[in-house]
Amino acid sequence: MSEQRLLGLNGDEAAAYAIKQVNPDVVAAYPITPQTIIVERFSEYVADGLVDTEFIAVESEHSAMSCCIGAAAAGARAFTATAANGLALMWEMLYIAASLRLPIVMAVVNRALSAPINIHNDHSDSMGARDSGWIQIYCENSQEVYDACIEAWRIGEHLEVQLPVMVCLDGFTLSHTMENVLTLSDETVREFIGERPYIKVRGHLGEAEFRLDPEKPLTMGPLDLYDFYFEHKMHQIEAMEKALRVIPEIDEEYAEVSGRSYRLLHPYMMEDAEVALIGLGSTMGTVRHVVDRLRKRGVKAGMVKMRIFRPFPAEELLELLRGVEVVGVLDKAMSFGAPGGPLYEELKTVFYDADEKPIIVNYIYGLGGRDTPPHLIEEAFKGLLEVKRRGEAVEPLNYLGVRW
Amino acid sequence: MSSAITLKEAVKWPDLLASGHRLCAGCAEPIIARLVLKASRGAIIATTATGCLEVATTIFPYSAWRIPWIHTAFENAAATASGIEAAWKAMRRKGRGPLAKYETLDIVAFAGDGGTYDIGLQALSGALERGHDFTYVLVDNEAYMNTGIQRSGGTPYCAWTTTSPAGTVIPGKREWKKPIDEIVIAHEIPYVATVSPAYPLDLMRKARAAFEVEGPAFIHAISPCCRGWRFPPNRTIEVARIAVETCFFPLYECRVEDGRPIYKLSPPSLAIAKKPERKKPVEEYLRIQGRFRHLFRPERREDLIERIQRWVDRRWEILLEKAGL
Repeated sequence: MSEQRLLGLNGDEAAAYAIKQVNPDVVAAYPITPQTIIVERFSEYVADGLVDTEFIAVESEHSAMSCCIGAAAAGARAFTATAANGLALMWEMLYIAASLRLPIVMAVVNRALSAPINIHNDHSDSMGARDSGWIQIYCENSQEVYDACIEAWRIGEHLEVQLPVMVCLDGFTLSHTMENVLTLSDETVREFIGERPYIKVRGHLGEAEFRLDPEKPLTMGPLDLYDFYFEHKMHQIEAMEKALRVIPEIDEEYAEVSGRSYRLLHPYMMEDAEVALIGLGSTMGTVRHVVDRLRKRGVKAGMVKMRIFRPFPAEELLELLRGVEVVGVLDKAMSFGAPGGPLYEELKTVFYDADEKPIIVNYIYGLGGRDTPPHLIEEAFKGLLEVKRRGEAVEPLNYLGVRW
Repeated sequence: MSSAITLKEAVKWPDLLASGHRLCAGCAEPIIARLVLKASRGAIIATTATGCLEVATTIFPYSAWRIPWIHTAFENAAATASGIEAAWKAMRRKGRGPLAKYETLDIVAFAGDGGTYDIGLQALSGALERGHDFTYVLVDNEAYMNTGIQRSGGTPYCAWTTTSPAGTVIPGKREWKKPIDEIVIAHEIPYVATVSPAYPLDLMRKARAAFEVEGPAFIHAISPCCRGWRFPPNRTIEVARIAVETCFFPLYECRVEDGRPIYKLSPPSLAIAKKPERKKPVEEYLRIQGRFRHLFRPERREDLIERIQRWVDRRWEILLEKAGL
């Protein structure tokens, strides 16, 4: 394990600091609250000559992602950061980045989508992008943000993956909250990420590395109709499946240099848990605190923090939750008109065919940054215990902390 | 230097856009693209906005591009080019990465009028303001031809399109063509030029000049579309020439020197400036295109023809003033 330095960083600074150490070729970004600290810090690194990066202060998020796509297609490492409406404006380009198989890394500082305009945290932005073909990593604290912003390059650039990666961190709760972060040396980070590898493809003029190369020209992003488009989508599907295997491998390597390992998801007190909450992001810190409290009272409570939402670690969840009596799914986003939130629907799908399965109920919470203190999480657990007592869920879809 | 290009030499240079693509017979776009690419200095990367030129040259698994080429979306050719240029610059600075070895790299973005006047204007403006070293080629066929001839900000006054049809009450498009060159020149970029495929040498020289300047360069090409403009495919070059001869589409270049835009008329338009009697009436341009047919049939709309002539005259006068003529 290499030597580490303890720094006080908020989530945005942790992302910016990690990217400084990565020293990517191109950073193209547009300011949006609560992501701004990332671009501000990074601009300072550029201004002080601490990175060699070409920083493009673009005129919109759409152009931010377009620049990253152009840069990554030209063989560069490209990074951007955004939030909420910025991510929404990029929507078209998210699919294009993923479908062109460009391993761009993006920090998404999760914020509620307009309207009404709201700058605070929920997951409606990145959940809206869950079908875009990006790998999604959700972080609980600044340390995880720092580590994910380093690991993401290796995951996305892996020759069997070749997909862009979103590192999601909760707006304000993480982005603006100073925490202790253990950081690696610049050399360790650079050694860990190495040089960007390229896959070899058969181009129309012969074999070539998959990038824009004047010596071995390729046509990227052609018109692709019903005779090939579907096969290209199959490649993406396969890449996501492979990412499920690659992520823990990279994570193991990262653990060797950092001592920190994250894997796909984090169970806590799950060995004998009868009721458990599952969710994403910073809220899971609060849930852990409540689990401890309930355990002291003799309640067999547990929790699972999902770190990777795309690709969805179905096998691991089946294994982990099969014996639990009642599982509550925390969703900080709602799909309007759907039977439940996005994580809930995924989990229900995963367990539909299972012989042994928990009763699964959904809790939509925290929309627009609505505070979620321990007592609300306790309320959710109370609900799970009630379901356990009855042996059935009277109301599968519940809302926490809303006047309704 | 750019003036060194001669037709005799240029015919020997390879065509970087191969034949066999699926653009319509009589389409001006591949002519323009080939001439622009001929003028490149060596290593080159191209990006193309969504449109005819993109879809008809790259139907997977075929491609007509002999150079590295990327299409990402419709409204962002300038932003995609910005990213490519930034990647090259960063690799040059670091001295590593696959593009680090290229001392010069011509980066060219092709986009149509829809991708430039309308949906791509923001990305274009941003890229020009940031000063990326790239050449933007506007291939202007004056409507959304790829989707079936819908009007754009580049469609001229009175032109019939499928969304500005010539009806019994409204005679085609009601708005004037957006002065895109003036908008681009207002960004104070080092080089802006208008070109017509009827004047290939002028086109190649300007493309070379665009590649040579440091910073953004903008080439505005008039690109007659036989399907959308309604003329037979063997008259493309003739239409492109008459556009210049009537001063509907004058040829000039504008360089910014000491912070001032210096306008210079190109030979075909300069000849008209010197001998104004050579300027053909705009009617000659309108008459050969079916999209203006309703100005002549069932009855002659003298008022509208006159209005278009006044627009041409006024813009021509303004250009002459700017060129100090």
